[in-house]
Amino acid sequence: MPSISEDAGKMSGVKQDRDNLVVEFESMAAARNGALPQWLRSIKEDAMERFVDLGFPTTRLEQWKYTNVAPIARTELKPASNGIESSTLDLSKLRLVSTPAATLVFVNGHYSAALSSLSTQASEDARLRTGNLGEFLKNDDENVRGRLTRYADYQDHAFVALNTAFFEDGAFIQIPSRTVVQDPIYIVFYSDGSGKGTLINPRVLILAGESSESTIVEIYAGDGQNAALTNAVTEIVLGENATIDHFKLQQESDVAFHISTVQAHQDRSATFNSHSVSLGGALVRNDVNVVLDGEGAQCSLDGLYVESGQQHVDNHTLIDHAKAHCSSRELYKGILDDRSTGVFNGSVIVRKDAQKTDALQSNKNLLLSEGAEINTKPQLEIFADDVKCSHGATIGQIDPEALFYLRSRGLDSTAARALLVYAFSGEIISRIKSAPVRSLIGGALSGKITLGGDFPGSDPNEEL
Amino acid sequence: MAMLQIKNLQARVDEKEILRGINLQVNKGEIHAIMGPNGSGKSTLAQVLAGRDVYAVTGGEVTYEGKDLLAMQPEDRAREGVFLAFQYPVEIPGVSNMYFLRASLNAIRKHRGLDELDAMDFLNLVKEKMAKLGIEQNLMNRPVNEGFSGGEKKRNETFQMAVLEPRLAILDETDSGLDIDALKIVAAGVNALRSPDRSIILVTHYQRLLGYIVPDYVHVLYNGRIVKSGGKELALWLEEHGYGWLEKAAGA
Amino acid sequence: MSSQENSIEAVANQEYKYGFVTDIEADVVPRGLSEDTVRLISAKKNEPEFMLEWRLKAFRHWLTMEEPTWANVHYPKIDYQDIVYYSAPKTNKDRPKSLDEVDPELVKTYEKLGIPLREQELLSGVAVDAVFDSVSVATTFKEKLADVGIIFCSFSEAVQNHPDLIKKYLGSVVPYTDNYFATLNSAVFSDGSFCYVPKGVRCPMELSTYFRINAKDTGQFERTLIVAEEGAYVSYLEGCTAPMRDTNQLHAAVVELVALDNAQIKYSTVQNWYPGDKEGRGGIYNFVTKRGKCQGVNSKISWTQVETGSAITWKYPSCLLVGDNSIGEFYSVAVANNYQQADTGTKMIHIGKNTKSTIVSKGISAGHGQNSYRGMVKIVKGAAGARNYSQCDSLLMGDKCGAHTFPYLEVKNSTAQVEHEASTSKIGENQIFYCRQRGLSAEEAVSMIVNGFCKQVFKELPMEFAVEAQKLLGVSLEGSVG
Repeated sequence: MPSISEDAGKMSGVKQDRDNLVVEFESMAAARNGALPQWLRSIKEDAMERFVDLGFPTTRLEQWKYTNVAPIARTELKPASNGIESSTLDLSKLRLVSTPAATLVFVNGHYSAALSSLSTQASEDARLRTGNLGEFLKNDDENVRGRLTRYADYQDHAFVALNTAFFEDGAFIQIPSRTVVQDPIYIVFYSDGSGKGTLINPRVLILAGESSESTIVEIYAGDGQNAALTNAVTEIVLGENATIDHFKLQQESDVAFHISTVQAHQDRSATFNSHSVSLGGALVRNDVNVVLDGEGAQCSLDGLYVESGQQHVDNHTLIDHAKAHCSSRELYKGILDDRSTGVFNGSVIVRKDAQKTDALQSNKNLLLSEGAEINTKPQLEIFADDVKCSHGATIGQIDPEALFYLRSRGLDSTAARALLVYAFSGEIISRIKSAPVRSLIGGALSGKITLGGDFPGSDPNEEL
Repeated sequence: MAMLQIKNLQARVDEKEILRGINLQVNKGEIHAIMGPNGSGKSTLAQVLAGRDVYAVTGGEVTYEGKDLLAMQPEDRAREGVFLAFQYPVEIPGVSNMYFLRASLNAIRKHRGLDELDAMDFLNLVKEKMAKLGIEQNLMNRPVNEGFSGGEKKRNETFQMAVLEPRLAILDETDSGLDIDALKIVAAGVNALRSPDRSIILVTHYQRLLGYIVPDYVHVLYNGRIVKSGGKELALWLEEHGYGWLEKAAGA
Repeated sequence: MSSQENSIEAVANQEYKYGFVTDIEADVVPRGLSEDTVRLISAKKNEPEFMLEWRLKAFRHWLTMEEPTWANVHYPKIDYQDIVYYSAPKTNKDRPKSLDEVDPELVKTYEKLGIPLREQELLSGVAVDAVFDSVSVATTFKEKLADVGIIFCSFSEAVQNHPDLIKKYLGSVVPYTDNYFATLNSAVFSDGSFCYVPKGVRCPMELSTYFRINAKDTGQFERTLIVAEEGAYVSYLEGCTAPMRDTNQLHAAVVELVALDNAQIKYSTVQNWYPGDKEGRGGIYNFVTKRGKCQGVNSKISWTQVETGSAITWKYPSCLLVGDNSIGEFYSVAVANNYQQADTGTKMIHIGKNTKSTIVSKGISAGHGQNSYRGMVKIVKGAAGARNYSQCDSLLMGDKCGAHTFPYLEVKNSTAQVEHEASTSKIGENQIFYCRQRGLSAEEAVSMIVNGFCKQVFKELPMEFAVEAQKLLGVSLEGSVG
């Protein structure tokens, strides 16, 4: 991990805001009044100290070179208070499949039992545990203890430290060993953008037992005119031979700030398929970090980012090949319009004993306008000598010949463009195995790409 | 006559002892499962039987159909009907799956005094088997295992086995890293090859596979030796009890 | 070493099968290089004044030059004074007029090389301009070609009989000042091939030339010039072998190709010069300048080569795409085994409009071999609509060899489309074992993998060469996995 010089990390101008957050932290801790187990209380204090020390990252840090979080640092952040009127949220517009295994809903970071549900089938298996992380923590659940906060590093990452210090509710999912959960599990984090500078820290912990299989979809949706910061951390631990298809669909409001960290840890022969789709937000940063910590583990990281206006989306991935015979596949595609800007930084580390590593990385970008900009950088650190690693990046524009062809067949310029843009993203959509999830994401995508109704994926009932 | 007779087989890699005296008899038509914790020597056994010479055999003997297996070159073992489905199938750039398999089949046919097949005849032979394993033509035109997911690689191994029709098939952790759907396809492929003339050795860490390919015998390999043998119930017992008892027993 | 590696070694310890020497007294010029040497060479060949002048200009220029050191190859310093620059077999002072007049010893030599001229004449219909130690010994099919107006003869003959063509085209693609070795060649070139295909003529057969170095310390300085006039087509094969020697032999050839409007030249090479023994001793130094000029519109020049020999290879067949819509192609397989070193590649210079170039380079490294690919694609400012596709693949066999790629892309025109792909793969013990477990021997496995790797290039070779190329590859990669 790159070391961070403390001086470079500090933003002296916003020490004031950190002080404000310290006050908030302390008042939250007091309000909890010892309701959390001791181990977590110490970690939270430690994390808060780290956050104050590190401060918000500046562009002098290599990992934040192209993403300036000054707008976030300048905002006076305040954790969302409890007791939001949750019945105002209409879940149907999210187009979730009608019979999920489970749905966990959080409004402004707080768990809503009313909106959440568990399918009958799922509730029959007592070993399948889903619910509010907060509840499991109150009971000091032994599966949570020893796992929560052990994977996502807060020592050197300010936003992870901030989340670790402040999170209260969150999602906990534990899939028992050798269990196949057929239907998707949805985790919805909704922010209503009602208050200015609302700080929401969604926290997710997913434990997959040996040889289990599951599909888990995290949806970040938001409304409102006020810029809120959603600072999410998801830890995923895959036991031996487990398989998880994980989705993160980000559809925040146009003015929202969204920072997220997904940290996956894979045991031997485990398979992690990550899909990250980023459509909303004004300033977005997604980190996906995977550690292949057992022989034969495999991961595939798919990403799609579609930007317009003046959006800025930064995708950083890190795949750590810690053991031999692991394979990783990465395909991130970006579509940037207007004056939007994007960043892709894909890191692959191959440790000394990780022989027979097979790593493939690709980043493809489509720039729709002259004002759009993308910075793409692959990074390979290879310490073993019998490996296969390749990477590629492309940046291009819409093929004028293809555009003309479509127009010559009757589509107007806007429709033709949209179709080509959709085709570009099609590769990512088609790699989604679960039909309901494919429909969900396809629909979200077509909402972002202006075209109109009769568009593949816009009908949630359509089989693609 | 036993198909395979292993007596006191010992093997090491570099300076490390891995197999410390394996004794096993597999008769024709039988399916034997070899289970055990990681590092017990399961894969080593499979590779030693196939003739991988990074492992040095330091003692014991192996008889295959009455012949001294250890004295045979890997390709001769293959031509005599031994097939190893690799735990980590390799990629071979520039050589298509189709071409490779045809070359392999022809080498084996030639050894048996049969005519070699040309591309068209070969395609006709394999079409049906491809369909059964859900392998598409375009996958077969790609270089061997190139760009294949873990599941596709294992399915390809099973497909090769179906085409080459070995008499002794050794499956090395074929189920690791597969989801249920892929596992079912592979298991169906293996079950389709069951026959009184064919023996199968399943090396597996997880009991899961044995629910689909039901073995006749289950052996537990620990620290380079077979420490327990039984019928298929042993696999279920292991699922419940795990492997922890092995260390305790070893310590006692 | 494991027993499997031993078996691969044992399986193929074929000696360089062309390693033999013909016992013929050669008419040699004393060692060393001076203006007198140049004059002597010119006089022995009875050259006209213009030719001597050209040689002398080149020689004087060479004296001002310094040997280049930028290539990624390392070799002991060449003593240019310790080389014999001319050698001709005594028994062939005058050119033999038919095969019957050829020294039977020589014919036996060619038979050993697998090209008995008589058989060639009867069966394959390939014209052979057999060059033996710098002097043409036999040429066949001249009459057939002459019928359609094609001139195919030794370079020396062309200087005598077609001086106007030589004057017009010699040095037009590779000027005598071009580079150190080309300049040396221009001064002391001994012989080579000359081919001229007139307007609209399609050469009815593949032309080829066989080379052989015999006398001790004789450098080969071949000069070849091929001109295809408007609408003409010719396919030329160059294949060489050489005997075993203790000291290194220098080979500095120059090949110039000129294609006018709508003309096509296909130049194929199978090169099998002695690569040095397993410890890296001996072997040919092959420093070659090959360049094609697509002078006319819609012209096309293709270079296809399979290089398995030489201790050191420094070679960049290139195309100057001057004419609009012209096309340049380069397909190559280069092998570096044992202690061979190769710094090879190509240059495609896009000058005209809508020009296109394709580069497919396959490098195989084995043993302690070092293979460097240096490819330049240059698109000048006025070269609108240029397109290039480059694919450069390296295959490493074993752990001790190396492959390096230095692509240079210089694009000064914004309408250019340039695509570059590079890949490196390794053949190790595990791939070989996988094949063996499927019934293939180690030898079959290596052969299958190598041929799969090279097939894109092999299919560009004329049929006769493709078979020889595959065999050559097999021989040159013996014992390579281990």
